[in-house]
Amino acid sequence: MRVMVMVKATKSSEAGVMPPTELFEAMGRYNEELVKAGVMLAGEGLHPSARGVRMRFDGTTRTVVDGPFAETKELVAGFWLWQVRSMDEAVEWLRRCPNPMLEASEVEIRPVYEAEDFGEALTPELREKNERLRKESAARQGHPHGR
Amino acid sequence: MAGDAALHRRIEAVWRIEAAKVIGVVARMVRDVGTAEDLAQEALIAALERWPTDGVPNNPGAWLMATAKNRALDWLRQRALHERKQEELGADADARGDHVVPDFSDALDAAREDYGDDLLRLVFAACHPVLPREGQLALTLRLLGGLTTAEIARAFVVPEATIAQRIVRAKRTLSEAGMPFEVPRGEALATRLTVVLEVIYLLFNEGYAATAGDDWMRPALCEEALRLGRVLAVLAPAEPEVHGLVALMEIQASRTRARTDAQGRPILLLAQDRGRWDRLLIGRGLAALARAASLQGGDETGGGPYALQAAIAACHARAPEAEGTDWARIVSLYDRLLDRQPSPVVALNRAVAVGMAHGPATALPLVEALLPLPQMQRYHLLHAVLGDLLAKLGRGAEARRAFERAAELTSNERELGLLMDRARAAGS
Repeated sequence: MRVMVMVKATKSSEAGVMPPTELFEAMGRYNEELVKAGVMLAGEGLHPSARGVRMRFDGTTRTVVDGPFAETKELVAGFWLWQVRSMDEAVEWLRRCPNPMLEASEVEIRPVYEAEDFGEALTPELREKNERLRKESAARQGHPHGR
Repeated sequence: MAGDAALHRRIEAVWRIEAAKVIGVVARMVRDVGTAEDLAQEALIAALERWPTDGVPNNPGAWLMATAKNRALDWLRQRALHERKQEELGADADARGDHVVPDFSDALDAAREDYGDDLLRLVFAACHPVLPREGQLALTLRLLGGLTTAEIARAFVVPEATIAQRIVRAKRTLSEAGMPFEVPRGEALATRLTVVLEVIYLLFNEGYAATAGDDWMRPALCEEALRLGRVLAVLAPAEPEVHGLVALMEIQASRTRARTDAQGRPILLLAQDRGRWDRLLIGRGLAALARAASLQGGDETGGGPYALQAAIAACHARAPEAEGTDWARIVSLYDRLLDRQPSPVVALNRAVAVGMAHGPATALPLVEALLPLPQMQRYHLLHAVLGDLLAKLGRGAEARRAFERAAELTSNERELGLLMDRARAAGS
C-alpha cells in the first residue's frame, strides 16, 4: 500500500525560517534510510502558504484566494509518498523521523486509494468470477509460473 | 485487550522492517542462514515477551539487533565449547582453534552500522542456485520480506504446511551444501545476480498476473518484488541489469489500474486508457532506465535483457497515445533482445512490432516461420497473432481458423471469449 505522509506547518515554517544544518542533515540521513528500505517513492517540501493560492469551487464559479492562509496547523508544509506494507509499518517509520520542525509539530499519515480498495464497488458478477478464478488457480497450483 | 493487540501489531511492523538486517548480520556471525533465522526469531520472541511489560525501547531495531547478536554469541560459545570437548577427546586440541577465532572477530565486526553487505549476502543466499526455484521464492519472501509462512502460503495459493516444508528444506540444503555466506565476485557474480533478478521478477509476475490467488496478497507480492528491486538497486548500484529490472517493474506496475475493465476483463496495452497510467511510477521507471543506460555507455539499446525489455516498455510509456508509438525503435530493441536472449516467444513479439512498424504483409512470414517449431505449436498467442495479421490482410477464412485454433489452446476463459469473438468477426 501507499501512504501520503503530510508534515503540517508551524509558525516558523510559515515564516519561511530555514531549519538549521543539523536538522537538514538528520533529515537527509532519515530519507536515505527510507530509500535503502525501498519505502520512499517521492517527497517534497513546500514554500510557506504566503506563496500559495487557493481556488474556491462553487458550481461553475471559480474564486482565486491568495495566501497566506490562517489555520497554520492545518496547512501542509511538506509531504512524502511511501510504499509500506501496512499502516503499522508507516507509523513505525514515522516514529524514526526527526522532528521536522523547530517547534512542536504534527505529521499526518493517510493511505492512498489503490485499485483493490474499490472492492466494494465490484459487481456480483465480478465477485463470482474472482471466486471461480480462485478455484481454478487452486487446481493449477502445480504450475505457479504458467503464464 | 485492544492495547495488547495494538502492541502486537507494532512489534510485527518493527520485525518486518528489521528482520532482513538482523538475519543478515547474524548469518555472517554464525555462517549459516537457517541458524541465523532461528536466532533472529528468538530475538523476536524475546521482544514479544519483554516489550508488553518493559515498554517498547526507544530504538526497537537496535534492541532486536543487540538481542539477536547476543544469542548468536551464546551459540558460538556453546559450539566452541562443544568442539573443544570433542578435541580433548580427539587429542589434537590446537588444530581446530583457528576455526573458532574468526567467528568471534567477525562478531565484533558486526558492531559496524552498515548492514548493506550483510543484506546483499542474504539476497544471494536466499536465491542460491543450489535451491529449487520454489525454495528460492519462499526463502526470499521469508528472509528478505519478513513475511510469515501463512502470508507466503496465501500468496502462492498453497497450503501453509507446503511452504513451511519448502523453507525448512531450503535452509537445510544451504546448511548441508556448506555455502560460504558471501557476495560472489568476478564471473560468478553475473551468473548469481541473474538468478536473483529472475527470482524477483518471478515474484513480480506472480502478483502482476491477476488471474490467480488471493486478492489481497497478489498486489502485495507485486509491491514486495518492487521493494526488493529498489533495495537491491541501492545495494548493488553499479549493476545495470538491477536498474533495468527495477525500470521494467516500475513501468509495468504503472499500468495496473488500466489493465482491466470494470468487469475485471483484461484490456490490451494499445487499448488502455493512458490517462490511468501511474505517472509517478513511469517517472521512476524512466529514471531507473536512465541509470541502467548510463552504466552501459549511455545507450538504452546496449543493455541486458531486463534493460532492453524496460526500454521497450518505455517506448509505450513515452507515447502519449497508442498511435504515437515508435514501433521502428521497438523492432530494433527486439532485435537486440533476440541477440541476447534468443527465444521463439521474443521472436513472436518482434513480429508483432514489425507488423505495426511495416505492415502485416512483412510480419506474416516471420510468424509463419515460427509455426513449425514444436514448442510453439500449442502456444495460443502465436495463432492469435497469425489470425490478426491474416484478418488485416483480408484473408478472412484463414484468419477465422487461426483464431479458432488459438481459442482451442487457451486455458483462460476470458481470452477464449475474446478469441471466439474475433473468429466470428473474421470468418466471412
